[in-house]
Amino acid sequence: MTVIVTDTGFAPDQWEGEIRDLPSDTDPATLTAIPNESLVRIAFPSSADGRGFTLARLLRLRGFTGRLRAAGHVIADQYAMARRAGFDEVEIDEALAARQPEDQWQFRADWRAHDYQARLGARRRPA
Amino acid sequence: MYRYDDFDAAFVAERNAQFRQQVARRIDGSLTEDEFKPLRLMNGLYLQLHAYMLRVAIPYGTLRSAQMRQLAYIAERWDKGYGHFTTRQNIQYNWPTLADVPDMLDALAEVEMHAIQTSGNTIRNVTADHFAGAAADEIADPRPVAEMIRQWSTDHPEFQFLPRKFKIAITGSPNDRAVTKAHDIGLRMVEQDGQPGFEVIVGGGLGRTPMIGKVIRDFLPREDLLPYLEAIVSVWNLLGRRDNKFKARIKITVHEHGIDAIRELVEARFNELRPAFTGEDQEILAQIEAAFAPPIFEDRPADTFDAAYHTDPVFRAWVDSNVSEHRAPGYAIAQISLKAHGATPGDASAEQMRVMADLAERYGHDQLRISHEQNVVLPHVHRADLPAVHAALKAHGLATANIGKISDIIACPGMDYCALATARSIPIAQQIATRFEDLKTEHEIGDLKIKISGCINACGHHHVGHIGILGLDRAGVENYQITLGGDHTETAALGQRTGPGFSADEIVPAIERIVDAYLDNRESDDERFIDTFRRLGMEPFKHALYDETGKARADAA
Repeated sequence: MTVIVTDTGFAPDQWEGEIRDLPSDTDPATLTAIPNESLVRIAFPSSADGRGFTLARLLRLRGFTGRLRAAGHVIADQYAMARRAGFDEVEIDEALAARQPEDQWQFRADWRAHDYQARLGARRRPA
Repeated sequence: MYRYDDFDAAFVAERNAQFRQQVARRIDGSLTEDEFKPLRLMNGLYLQLHAYMLRVAIPYGTLRSAQMRQLAYIAERWDKGYGHFTTRQNIQYNWPTLADVPDMLDALAEVEMHAIQTSGNTIRNVTADHFAGAAADEIADPRPVAEMIRQWSTDHPEFQFLPRKFKIAITGSPNDRAVTKAHDIGLRMVEQDGQPGFEVIVGGGLGRTPMIGKVIRDFLPREDLLPYLEAIVSVWNLLGRRDNKFKARIKITVHEHGIDAIRELVEARFNELRPAFTGEDQEILAQIEAAFAPPIFEDRPADTFDAAYHTDPVFRAWVDSNVSEHRAPGYAIAQISLKAHGATPGDASAEQMRVMADLAERYGHDQLRISHEQNVVLPHVHRADLPAVHAALKAHGLATANIGKISDIIACPGMDYCALATARSIPIAQQIATRFEDLKTEHEIGDLKIKISGCINACGHHHVGHIGILGLDRAGVENYQITLGGDHTETAALGQRTGPGFSADEIVPAIERIVDAYLDNRESDDERFIDTFRRLGMEPFKHALYDETGKARADAA
């Protein structure tokens, strides 16, 4: 079982539609024409691998408005980064959810606050 | 100078609260050591050879006196009463305990400072010309742009887990004092048809694979800066190698793919990112620029200066080597050497920090700078006040007249502190400085930059020293390789190796033989070491170092 983390806390995975899995070494040139009906799940093989954040940003810039999920080894301290980069949610396994319980993720749920990018007028989605 | 607004203050307070919690979560097991490590690094905390080390950012090298006093307080309260100024305009505390670090960060926040992104695989503290806003040769003050880059890069959501560290330097002067060609990105402020912009240099760096940066865009309009920087880092974040940390820096990415291929990718990414920037950054920049308005310079006579200069040879020697031309009439830029002969390059005691803060407050429009050469700068001093400044410095061991001279050595901490080091750096710097002090030849030798690194990571910038010294470990014995002809300025060049290295006992005599060869061969007293080297090449120096069989000559000096 996996745990889905959103701004409101932990929940089970209730997605039933198509899932497009993208590895962290996805060629950015291929990030086009992904249907908005599918859920795109970008893999984080390690919390030190930050490629997924840039992939998410590019997907959003190229017009993807569907559900975007960061999955794998994402830690609570990265939740705000994930949200700011364009992810809607994070998928973690039960062991990580037990080690970093819901309150540690909620501590970062105010990801809109204290955001230098927003202050400098860097938009995350097309106008 | 830029002052934090409510946003900056709230950001740093929040960030410090997060780090305090991260330390607690490491202790209670919520964070593994592997997870905690990048988090502590992006907050400036290293684990060194003997203890933790906290690296504090001094953005674009600029400090107010109140900030310098707080650095002194932190040194006394939580460290051993001193700090170490680094080549990247940071200050390092070498002996904090983990439990004290959150309190140290809060103390920094009280004076609008932080340790964010001074370490880790992040965009590091942005460095700038230490004469910014004062230099006579400047086109524009680079610090407002540097501050904007600080804000843009701080906690950038995409760029906290990059393939490797990423360093940006900026200069507003054609005379490059910021080593822009040895940075991941170097920015030179230029004008084209009256329009301000930047020459963008990418892929420079020192370390085990030294590279001189390459021009990726010869003119970037000023308002395009952030999307262009973002395009470069975005491309590299996906393309940079993550399989081998020694090949992860952007200099390797540029080298492996070629500058033309990288330019094509960056320009395409830039075109994609450009519309996402609304232009609010330019409004912020205008506000920052207003904060950096120059002080009001006074027009008053400098008789006291002339009198002291003509009667006091010690003062005169200090002025001749440590004082540079200022843009405002009657003013000067005074450098305070942290390279007293025999001292640790870049170290300052808490007492010395307070003396420098007091001088800045009384005589220097409250401003201080830290140079990448590990010295402190009073950027705005009226010439009439220089005798008083010098007298105060002299009383506290801070009046060494050696800026740009053979004893003004950049040295990394080396094996005395650093876990990566393969040899000692500080004692070699100390021995060279005291040797030439004993010989009394320093001023005769003139402009000569020695830079020492205690391992191939090259924190001591040895590749770009006129004389570079690299300390290695050869089967458990320290061995020092020499390079000659390096240059850290706008005519940047990497030094060339002389040949086999020298033991710790042989290295100082070897440097002496190089200097003797220079003195014997220079065309006039005005020909600097680097110019003699460029004119004659390696041969006379090789001959001075090695015999016909290529072996190091015995010390005949």
